[in-house]
Amino acid sequence: MGVSWSRDVDQSLSEAKEQGRPLLLDFSAAPA
Amino acid sequence: MPVEAHIKEHPAWFKRFDAVWTPTVLLLDSDGRERVRLEGYLLKNDFDAWLRCGLGRLAFMKKKFTDAEPWYDEVATRFADSHFGAEATYWRGVARYSATHDHTVLAPLAAELQEKYPGSVWSEKAIPWG
Repeated sequence: MGVSWSRDVDQSLSEAKEQGRPLLLDFSAAPA
Repeated sequence: MPVEAHIKEHPAWFKRFDAVWTPTVLLLDSDGRERVRLEGYLLKNDFDAWLRCGLGRLAFMKKKFTDAEPWYDEVATRFADSHFGAEATYWRGVARYSATHDHTVLAPLAAELQEKYPGSVWSEKAIPWG
Protein backbone atom coordinates (compact mmCIF):
# COMPACT_ATOMS: atom_id res chain seq x y z
CA MET A 1 0.00 0.00 0.00
CA GLY A 2 1.51 3.35 -1.02
CA VAL A 3 1.82 6.32 1.28
CA SER A 4 0.23 9.58 0.20
CA TRP A 5 2.83 12.21 1.15
CA SER A 6 1.94 15.83 1.65
CA ARG A 7 4.46 18.55 0.76
CA ASP A 8 2.74 21.33 2.66
CA VAL A 9 3.64 21.30 6.32
CA ASP A 10 1.34 24.15 7.35
CA GLN A 11 -1.69 22.67 5.66
CA SER A 12 -0.89 19.29 7.19
CA LEU A 13 -0.48 20.80 10.66
CA SER A 14 -3.85 22.45 10.25
CA GLU A 15 -5.49 19.21 9.09
CA ALA A 16 -3.83 17.26 11.89
CA LYS A 17 -5.28 19.66 14.44
CA GLU A 18 -8.74 19.55 12.88
CA GLN A 19 -8.77 15.77 12.70
CA GLY A 20 -6.94 15.09 15.98
CA ARG A 21 -4.32 13.07 14.15
CA PRO A 22 -0.55 12.91 14.57
CA LEU A 23 1.82 14.07 11.89
CA LEU A 24 4.98 12.38 10.62
CA LEU A 25 7.47 14.82 9.13
CA ASP A 26 10.27 13.31 7.04
CA PHE A 27 13.30 15.48 6.28
CA SER A 28 15.28 14.13 3.38
CA ALA A 29 18.19 15.02 1.15
CA ALA A 30 17.88 11.95 -1.03
CA PRO A 31 18.02 12.46 -4.79
CA ALA A 32 14.56 12.53 -6.37
CA MET B 1 -0.51 12.08 8.27
CA PRO B 2 2.86 11.97 6.45
CA VAL B 3 4.67 15.07 5.22
CA GLU B 4 7.82 15.07 3.11
CA ALA B 5 10.37 17.87 3.31
CA HIS B 6 13.30 17.87 0.90
CA ILE B 7 16.30 20.03 1.74
CA LYS B 8 16.35 21.55 -1.75
CA GLU B 9 12.63 22.34 -1.80
CA HIS B 10 11.99 23.33 1.82
CA PRO B 11 15.20 24.56 3.48
CA ALA B 12 13.17 26.86 5.74
CA TRP B 13 11.38 23.86 7.25
CA PHE B 14 14.72 22.36 8.23
CA LYS B 15 15.53 25.51 10.19
CA ARG B 16 12.04 25.80 11.63
CA PHE B 17 12.12 22.26 13.04
CA ASP B 18 15.86 22.17 13.86
CA ALA B 19 16.54 19.34 11.44
CA VAL B 20 20.34 19.25 11.33
CA TRP B 21 20.87 15.94 9.61
CA THR B 22 19.14 13.71 7.10
CA PRO B 23 17.21 11.63 7.30
CA THR B 24 15.40 13.13 10.26
CA VAL B 25 11.87 12.03 11.05
CA LEU B 26 9.66 13.80 13.56
CA LEU B 27 6.42 12.66 15.09
CA LEU B 28 4.24 15.58 16.09
CA ASP B 29 1.04 15.37 18.05
CA SER B 30 -2.18 16.82 16.68
CA ASP B 31 -1.28 20.19 18.24
CA GLY B 32 1.98 20.27 16.32
CA ARG B 33 4.21 19.52 19.31
CA GLU B 34 7.25 17.40 18.56
CA ARG B 35 7.11 14.23 20.63
CA VAL B 36 9.66 11.93 18.99
CA ARG B 37 12.70 12.54 16.78
CA LEU B 38 14.67 10.03 14.74
CA GLU B 39 17.99 11.12 13.26
CA GLY B 40 19.67 8.72 10.85
CA TYR B 41 18.59 5.78 8.77
CA LEU B 42 16.97 2.59 10.03
CA LEU B 43 16.18 -0.63 8.22
CA LYS B 44 12.47 -1.18 7.61
CA ASN B 45 11.92 -3.54 10.53
CA ASP B 46 13.54 -1.12 12.97
CA PHE B 47 11.75 1.86 11.44
CA ASP B 48 8.42 0.08 11.83
CA ALA B 49 9.28 -0.62 15.47
CA TRP B 50 10.40 2.99 16.03
CA LEU B 51 7.18 4.30 14.52
CA ARG B 52 5.05 2.12 16.76
CA CYS B 53 7.02 3.19 19.82
CA GLY B 54 6.46 6.75 18.69
CA LEU B 55 2.72 6.27 18.42
CA GLY B 56 2.83 4.78 21.89
CA ARG B 57 4.71 7.86 23.05
CA LEU B 58 2.10 10.17 21.52
CA ALA B 59 -0.66 8.36 23.40
CA PHE B 60 1.39 8.26 26.60
CA MET B 61 2.06 12.00 26.49
CA LYS B 62 -1.69 12.58 26.22
CA LYS B 63 -2.03 10.37 29.32
CA LYS B 64 -3.92 7.81 27.24
CA PHE B 65 -2.02 5.00 28.91
CA THR B 66 -4.34 2.21 27.85
CA ASP B 67 -3.96 3.38 24.24
CA ALA B 68 -0.18 3.54 24.57
CA GLU B 69 0.28 0.04 25.96
CA PRO B 70 -0.80 -1.91 22.84
CA TRP B 71 1.68 0.03 20.66
CA TYR B 72 4.51 -0.85 23.03
CA ASP B 73 3.22 -4.40 23.38
CA GLU B 74 3.31 -4.90 19.62
CA VAL B 75 6.95 -3.81 19.50
CA ALA B 76 7.86 -5.84 22.60
CA THR B 77 6.40 -8.98 21.00
CA ARG B 78 6.39 -8.70 17.20
CA PHE B 79 9.53 -6.55 17.04
CA ALA B 80 11.27 -7.97 20.10
CA ASP B 81 14.54 -8.43 18.20
CA SER B 82 14.55 -4.92 16.79
CA HIS B 83 16.57 -2.09 18.32
CA PHE B 84 13.42 -0.96 20.09
CA GLY B 85 12.38 -4.21 21.79
CA ALA B 86 13.90 -3.29 25.16
CA GLU B 87 12.59 0.28 25.07
CA ALA B 88 9.11 -0.92 24.20
CA THR B 89 9.18 -3.50 26.98
CA TYR B 90 10.14 -0.78 29.45
CA TRP B 91 7.46 1.65 28.34
CA ARG B 92 4.81 -1.05 28.09
CA GLY B 93 5.35 -1.64 31.79
CA VAL B 94 5.37 2.07 32.57
CA ALA B 95 2.13 2.53 30.62
CA ARG B 96 0.54 -0.34 32.52
CA TYR B 97 1.70 1.07 35.84
CA SER B 98 0.52 4.55 34.89
CA ALA B 99 -2.91 3.20 33.96
CA THR B 100 -3.35 1.06 37.07
CA HIS B 101 -0.99 2.50 39.71
CA ASP B 102 -0.24 -1.13 40.50
CA HIS B 103 3.42 -1.08 41.50
CA THR B 104 3.60 -4.88 41.46
CA VAL B 105 3.94 -4.79 37.66
CA LEU B 106 7.36 -3.15 37.92
CA ALA B 107 9.49 -5.89 39.52
CA PRO B 108 8.52 -8.55 36.94
CA LEU B 109 9.20 -5.98 34.25
CA ALA B 110 12.71 -5.41 35.59
CA ALA B 111 13.28 -9.18 35.64
CA GLU B 112 11.96 -9.54 32.08
CA LEU B 113 14.28 -6.81 30.85
CA GLN B 114 17.27 -8.36 32.61
CA GLU B 115 16.51 -11.72 31.07
CA LYS B 116 15.81 -10.59 27.52
CA TYR B 117 18.02 -7.51 27.22
CA PRO B 118 20.78 -7.83 29.85
CA GLY B 119 23.09 -5.24 28.30
CA SER B 120 20.43 -2.69 27.47
CA VAL B 121 20.19 0.76 28.98
CA TRP B 122 16.48 0.01 29.48
CA SER B 123 17.37 -2.91 31.75
CA GLU B 124 19.60 -0.56 33.69
CA LYS B 125 16.81 2.00 34.01
CA ALA B 126 14.59 -0.71 35.50
CA ILE B 127 17.12 -1.75 38.19
CA PRO B 128 15.38 0.25 40.95
CA TRP B 129 12.20 -1.78 40.37
CA GLY B 130 13.85 -5.16 40.90
